[in-house]
Amino acid sequence: MKHAFPILGVVTAILLSFALYEALIGAPTEQTMGDVQRIFYYHVPSAWTAFTLFFINFIASVQYLVRSSSSADRVASYVAGGVGLVVFAAAFFVPLPMGIRPSAVATTGLLIAGLYFLIRSLFSQPATDVLALVSAEVGVVFCTVVLVTGPIWARPVWGIWWTWDMRLTSTLVLWLIYVSYLFLRRFSSSGQTPLLAAVLAVLGALCVPFVYFSIWFFRTQHPQPVMGDGGSIDPRMLNVLLLNWLAFSCFALLVCWSRYRLETLQREVDQAHALESLLDPRGSVR
Amino acid sequence: MSTPTGITRATLHKDLRLEWRSKDAINSMLFFSLLVVVVFSFSFDPSAEESRQIAGGLIWVAFLFAAVVALNQTWAREIRNQVLDAYRVSPAPPNSLFLAKTLGNFIFVIVLEALMTPLFIAFYRLRSLGPVWQLLLVAVLGTWALVVNGTFFAAMSLRTRSREIMLPLLLFPISIPALLAMVQSTTAILSGEGARFWIVLLVTYDLVFTTVCLLLFETVLNAE
Repeated sequence: MKHAFPILGVVTAILLSFALYEALIGAPTEQTMGDVQRIFYYHVPSAWTAFTLFFINFIASVQYLVRSSSSADRVASYVAGGVGLVVFAAAFFVPLPMGIRPSAVATTGLLIAGLYFLIRSLFSQPATDVLALVSAEVGVVFCTVVLVTGPIWARPVWGIWWTWDMRLTSTLVLWLIYVSYLFLRRFSSSGQTPLLAAVLAVLGALCVPFVYFSIWFFRTQHPQPVMGDGGSIDPRMLNVLLLNWLAFSCFALLVCWSRYRLETLQREVDQAHALESLLDPRGSVR
Repeated sequence: MSTPTGITRATLHKDLRLEWRSKDAINSMLFFSLLVVVVFSFSFDPSAEESRQIAGGLIWVAFLFAAVVALNQTWAREIRNQVLDAYRVSPAPPNSLFLAKTLGNFIFVIVLEALMTPLFIAFYRLRSLGPVWQLLLVAVLGTWALVVNGTFFAAMSLRTRSREIMLPLLLFPISIPALLAMVQSTTAILSGEGARFWIVLLVTYDLVFTTVCLLLFETVLNAE
């Protein structure tokens, strides 16, 4: 376990460089768009990574709130398990809208419950706050990458930098919500920060479906997701995309991990300073 | 008096009476939104058809900014003499306080809207092509959405540095779906189109966020 961090670093470096080679040289050139399309190998994996991190932030914040009382904790565990089970079952028994694969829905169901219980077993209640902070910070960075690479691609292909289309707008609003979350963490006085941040994270995550449905009412210009309907993407391109996604996930995990260690150490140092100044007979304040 | 509704009523009564005597919140909101209206009409100068298209946005942006003025003052009075601390150690349920504050703000903003709307109609030569009762429904639902989140976030930003800046930073991103629904439904009704989807969205938004704010307010009030 001691060497896990450097090993992950080496694996990430190898994966990222191989994925870069594959994206720039290995993957076939798109017929109509040409080489501009290659930005897609960064745009889409960044988006998936950002959304995963925001989801982790939501779960960690919920756990920070509920785990201070054992009954709320039990209820939340049942709800998480139940929601996962219902989504999993829905993949097989409910007629799905066109373009959504049952396997994707089933995986989502397993992911919801799995992440919840994984985080619950790996992190103590104070540690879930660190996890929420870290995942929001790194998620905002990846979301920024999405919002920057999107217009770079859109300018030559659509002829415009930006349009108020469904996906663009909802990603922008998501980014705004999590930036305001980081603002709250920055501006709030230290003792109450975790609690207030967790409350805001829950409200922000509840807002996401509303953002999605309200903006869904506008016409959409974004290319449809390539994973859902199948067949519209060259299998070689899909492999490169998945490779890049794996590399980006490892990279995100690496950054989160080192940020997590840094934040934990920082808190230990702060605590030691506070204790020291309490014990110091002269009452000096560091 | 000591039932939850009694406490709500007493707090609300106290806030309304204080407001009636000082008229601080309503006067500052009125003057502020008047300024917004005047500045907007100088910068756009629209025809009757154009104003139908943009009026929904203008009205709600003006009310949103004005509401922030009132929301920022919601808890300030309770901080000054440690009233909030006294409330926390008393056995009174926190949600009664929250509901009273929300209802108070709701009344202030509704009064503001009732006073400002005629001015809007005159300045922008508005005439609705759709049913007016739907506009009233949108006004009530939209104001509630703004005020319930606003009161909650105002209580949250009490615990932060520079709380006056913090409130809009927290409130605006979360309110985007509600604001969008308010603006779009107002524009749709004014130009005689259906607004059913937006009204349903607003009702759902109100229900979800009122429930969650009531569930979490105790946590925020006791955050230490």
